[in-house]
Amino acid sequence: MATTSPRAISATLRHAAVVRVTHWLTVLAFLALLITGAEILISHPRFYWGESGNANMRPLFSLPLPTSRPWVNNGFGTAMPDGNGWGRYLHFEAAWVVALTGLVYVLWGVWRGHFKNHLTPQRGERSAGALWRVITKSLRGGRAANDEAHSYNALQRATYLVVIFVLFPMVIWTGLAMSPSFTSAVPAAASLLGGRQSARTLHFVITLLLVGFFGVHVAMIALAGFWKRTRAMITGRASTAKEDA
Amino acid sequence: MSGLSRRKLITGGLAATAGITGLAVADRLAKAYGLVPPDAGGIFGPGETLTYAAQSLLTAHRPAREFPRSMISKDPFAVPIAPPTEAFKKSQALGFSDWRLTVDGMVERPTAFSLADLQSLPVRNQITEVACEEGWSYVAEWIGTPLSGVLREVGVLPQARYVAYFSVEPDEWDSLDMREALHPQTYLTMGMNDGELPVAFGGPLRMRVPMQLGYKNLKFLHHITVTDSMKRFGKGLGSASPEGGYAWFAGI
Repeated sequence: MATTSPRAISATLRHAAVVRVTHWLTVLAFLALLITGAEILISHPRFYWGESGNANMRPLFSLPLPTSRPWVNNGFGTAMPDGNGWGRYLHFEAAWVVALTGLVYVLWGVWRGHFKNHLTPQRGERSAGALWRVITKSLRGGRAANDEAHSYNALQRATYLVVIFVLFPMVIWTGLAMSPSFTSAVPAAASLLGGRQSARTLHFVITLLLVGFFGVHVAMIALAGFWKRTRAMITGRASTAKEDA
Repeated sequence: MSGLSRRKLITGGLAATAGITGLAVADRLAKAYGLVPPDAGGIFGPGETLTYAAQSLLTAHRPAREFPRSMISKDPFAVPIAPPTEAFKKSQALGFSDWRLTVDGMVERPTAFSLADLQSLPVRNQITEVACEEGWSYVAEWIGTPLSGVLREVGVLPQARYVAYFSVEPDEWDSLDMREALHPQTYLTMGMNDGELPVAFGGPLRMRVPMQLGYKNLKFLHHITVTDSMKRFGKGLGSASPEGGYAWFAGI
């Protein structure tokens, strides 16, 4: 496993099988978590800071949404369907899929040097200036250079690292911090975040960041050629330069 | 190429065999140690079983978080209750002196406890949080007698595995596994915040299970049955909650 050049990778596979399988499992589970999370959210679309908060207390902020439960009284009526039962069952089942898939991916990634070789910004790119050049280049709207079909630029690498090692662990932590059972074993999970309601609010904010990443990620793929990139993540094979031309 | 695919085939085969064997062993262990919840069937069964098993192993003998008195919520919230029945109003007029909690099933001495009987058992207090599955919560002081003491009074038979409990409200029943039933913070609650337990919050008698979400904390408790299986109760899913689509285990 010597340092392989981007060209050598393209000759074999753009994405390893483990990356492809864990990627699509995560996509499925993430969408399930997002839909069920929204379903649970509309039963009480108010957010608080600290340990506790309820309909009798002033919220930190409140979403202008109709609710699925009559006693929330958010000012927009009770027009939403109530799906908390299946929503919660599916939310936690999908959370297991994300957590176990993530565990396999991270262990494999460390073992095979995936993070070091493919996701850590390359030596010359580890500065704010280099990162800025990548950002301005992408903002100028140039299509991704051909070599980017085979390797990630510094901005992509930094973003993936933040999503994998900050946002996903944080969303799992803040979720577990809402469990009365889990916090009996690990009280610090809630207290370090400022309490149960702070954890719930952070869970929502981190979800927004993940949705933001998801949107930009899909948009960038669409810009680079949706089917070309999607095919690479399914079959593992990147298009050759000839196909691109 | 053929060498590589053979190696892959062998590795893959070994991994699959290990995986299937591991699952079979896990299934046997889970059943042997009571880590399979009563609502383990259906498409949500695997997730529910993982959650219940992991939480049971992780939280054995742990206390739910308790809070200083200064953190008691000034504005607690209770989901509005259905209008009380005539029988309930009559009992309320008598100061609930005729309220009985019958405890039966797999016990040596089936007993009907009055509230005074329960008050004569060791009364304790805890300042813990009620968290609803909807997302809201409040901290309150709960005063009552641990369920474990009542179960000791009636003498639970060794084969007992679950404690089913029933509200006077129709279709409001639930159950706890023995571990949570004997948990020192699982109370038969009669008081709240230095006073009597208000009817809106489940008075005169409420099951308090701080290790689980609000919906396990049944209001207007009047009957407890100790059993070795939840199969004979309702649809056999452990409580009324799964029949309405909600998980039996509400620790998360």
